[in-house]
Amino acid sequence: MLWKTVFKRVVLGLCTILAVSVVIFAATNIIPGDAARAILGRAATDEAVAQLQAEMGLDRPLAVQFGSWLWGFVHLDMGKSLLSGSSVWELIQPRLANSLILLLVTSCIAIPLSVILGVLMALRAGRAFDTVANSIIIMMAGIPEFVVGIILILVFSTHLLPILPPTSMLPVGETLAQNLSILVLPVTTLVAAILPYLSRLVRGTLLDALSSEYVVTARLKGVRERDVIIRHALRNSLVPAIQASALSLGYILGGAVVVEFVFQYPGLGTALRDAIASRDLFVIQGVVLIFATGYVVFNLVADVLTILVTPRLRG
Amino acid sequence: MSMQPSQDIAPAVSNESDCALRVCGLRVELPDGGDIVADVSFDIRRGEVLGLVGESGSGKTTVAMALLGFARGGARITGGEIWVTTPAGEVDILAADAETLRQLRGAAVAYVPQDPAAALNPAMRIRDQLAEALLAHLPNLPRAEIENRIADAMAEVGLPRTDAFLRRYPHQMSGGQQQRIGIAMAFIIRPAVIVLDEPTTGLDVTTQNRILEVVRHLCDLHRIGALHVTHDLSVISALADRIMVMYSGRSIEVGRVVEVFDDPRHPYTQALLNAVPELQRRNALVSIAGHPARPNQRPAGCFFAPRCALADDQCRAAPVALVEDAPGHFVRCLKSGATATPYGKTLPDHSTLAAPTILAAEGLKVSYGPLNVLNGVTFEVRQGECLAIVGESGSGKSTLSRTIVGMVEFAGKGLTLKSEPLAPLARHRSQAQRQKIQYIFQSPFNSLNPRQSVEAILGLVYDTFFTGTAQDRRAAFVRVLEQVGLQEGSLDLFPDELSGGERQRVSIARALLSDPEILVCDEVTSALDVSVQAAIITLLGRLQQERGLTILFVTHDLALVRNIANRVLVLDHGIVAEIGDVGQIIDHPVHPYTRQLIQNALEADLAHRAMTSTNAQPAA
Repeated sequence: MLWKTVFKRVVLGLCTILAVSVVIFAATNIIPGDAARAILGRAATDEAVAQLQAEMGLDRPLAVQFGSWLWGFVHLDMGKSLLSGSSVWELIQPRLANSLILLLVTSCIAIPLSVILGVLMALRAGRAFDTVANSIIIMMAGIPEFVVGIILILVFSTHLLPILPPTSMLPVGETLAQNLSILVLPVTTLVAAILPYLSRLVRGTLLDALSSEYVVTARLKGVRERDVIIRHALRNSLVPAIQASALSLGYILGGAVVVEFVFQYPGLGTALRDAIASRDLFVIQGVVLIFATGYVVFNLVADVLTILVTPRLRG
Repeated sequence: MSMQPSQDIAPAVSNESDCALRVCGLRVELPDGGDIVADVSFDIRRGEVLGLVGESGSGKTTVAMALLGFARGGARITGGEIWVTTPAGEVDILAADAETLRQLRGAAVAYVPQDPAAALNPAMRIRDQLAEALLAHLPNLPRAEIENRIADAMAEVGLPRTDAFLRRYPHQMSGGQQQRIGIAMAFIIRPAVIVLDEPTTGLDVTTQNRILEVVRHLCDLHRIGALHVTHDLSVISALADRIMVMYSGRSIEVGRVVEVFDDPRHPYTQALLNAVPELQRRNALVSIAGHPARPNQRPAGCFFAPRCALADDQCRAAPVALVEDAPGHFVRCLKSGATATPYGKTLPDHSTLAAPTILAAEGLKVSYGPLNVLNGVTFEVRQGECLAIVGESGSGKSTLSRTIVGMVEFAGKGLTLKSEPLAPLARHRSQAQRQKIQYIFQSPFNSLNPRQSVEAILGLVYDTFFTGTAQDRRAAFVRVLEQVGLQEGSLDLFPDELSGGERQRVSIARALLSDPEILVCDEVTSALDVSVQAAIITLLGRLQQERGLTILFVTHDLALVRNIANRVLVLDHGIVAEIGDVGQIIDHPVHPYTRQLIQNALEADLAHRAMTSTNAQPAA
């Protein structure tokens, strides 16, 4: 039953990615100007453009172009960068790896921290800790990420307290593993960005669960308070937190462009920004489709986890 | 007649070791200082069931929860003592520290919740929830012993003890099974006292009877005392040894069930008992004018005085104490024993009217997907009659009423109104047809828009069917409110400013405003207190007479049917089992399903219970 449901979700997820790919392909093709003209520049003759179009297969019907593009994507062949001429996948791959590391480290810190903070606030609801933590969190939520990033740079990377690198640019030929310190500030900024949302969500759902009838019943059975909270309340308030975590992860993967830009972090966000700036069509398509796939995968995992913690959904 | 003050009565248990729990001077306050309940004292012996009755707001649930040292929604227990007998001697629950209180909850006083669907953890298997009740108090119990005790508990409440069943989650069980789990969970550790908070609300009569039998049996078997909270007097007569009646946060009458039912001494108890419809005769229903006072707005003297026919200046002067009127029979009334409400007269049954057919159904069929709910229902409704539609839950009676008003689409030959065919859905019917059939919902608590005033609620109906000047409009509202017994001033009120009975009156006014010929009433009194139900039933009967209204009255309560209906339609699995004259059907049922229904209703019937329990006095 569970596997049947998972299978259904996977099929649905694939359909979603397909739909997104149609939109991406359509958007990059319908807007005026095409790749050939972008490469050759404004001064190119129509003949030269037509010749390049033929070389690149841009003169084929759109449906055929779409099919071969999607087929390529599945095989990690996303075409060649218009700018450098190298394979898009080779260009994206290290960036993707860096983004995934950022994602992993951020989520490993932000999610447990949000749950702990949310639980503590819920258990002390209305008291001093809750009020103070709430105020600080709301203040944090009110400051845009790039401001948080800049403040962190000012504090930790300038003469105030120069202990961390201000930017995350990798020295040529080195990998992220050799330069872990460059992760600290971007990760901190991203944690600050999703912590308010997640922790307040955990606080709210746990408060709801704590006032539920089954929690009252458990207390009146004489169950220890710690067990009441963990076994009864927390377990039943996980679902919104799981769903919200998935959205946050998708956001970190795709939407952290601003944060990556502030720290010059070599991830997908900066890759996308550079590709847009130079109208590098195939790179844009590839990166955006990876973002979309990330969202779908995270939500799929969240749905499966939701089913696992909600017996009713298992049928 | 000894005149002891109430504070002294609590320890008056004949044999100390026989006492399971005693409460002295319990007081629970709201955050602003007003009391929800005060001056409540009683005791429960081992193996004894004390029934606690009262209408909404009387504080009965507050008292019940206090026995577990628990108060809901910001309320605080501010006074009194609750002594419970444990193997280590008597302990005052209200004086216990947090850890002691935790150990007492479940082990000394256990709780059976009102709504098991909400009270069982949806994400835990029932085996784990049962085991938890043991492990909270006996953490070192070996695994095998836990399994044994769970199996015993399951057998006691009549559920399978197979591994497959114990592995189920709450949503994989029926409502009746869920409540049996709730009961097993409370009895599994053999507490001194069990608190049951309306545990059979929402279950149909058959299931309710079975569950009450289980509770009664287990209390006898294990000599466990019980406090059974209910608004349903017939449940008390089925189950309880003694009864405590509460009104406006005070206990007003305590005594043996038989004595209180035979000789109610408080005017409120008398009125309450006469508000209950009976199955074996059509009794005149008594409703009580006015409302109970809210905390902080209670009068200086007797709280019931403003609604009492016997009240005089002395009653209104000072608080009245609960005194022992006869041995074991306590009453909080200066006029104790005087008759305020005489025993209800027997009225002749309504008979079948000789009137033309107004509504006819022929071979009505309704299915929800693969599930057939109505399998060809054929009947006729006569102009001006009240036709009761009865059946157990799942019989299709609610679907039938919804089909008639066009909320559910039917297949089959169909419905005719005055010989003209009715379209399956209301939106395909003519304006005149829709105007003639109106519907009243079960719960007045969610069928009125909370953001609309009564005037706006009525206005929607008026503007749909009529056009008129502002004066005409208002005059129509006032007229219809008058008919349902509400003042013009209610027009500006919002639903949450009205009591349950007043809300249902607004619902009826909303239905009447379109000047209908047929009212479809779907369990319209099941969410109301019994004295309010009496008033609404009286009102519907009067409207039927005065306006010549035809009423389709859907209900599961056969005693109510006897009171209001001319004819009865018995529905069983979407088929008409029997239809006929009300007296005929209830006194001489023909169809086996009808007989079963009547038998179940009889088991729950107040008068019938009282009679049989007088004949067979249980051992004191």
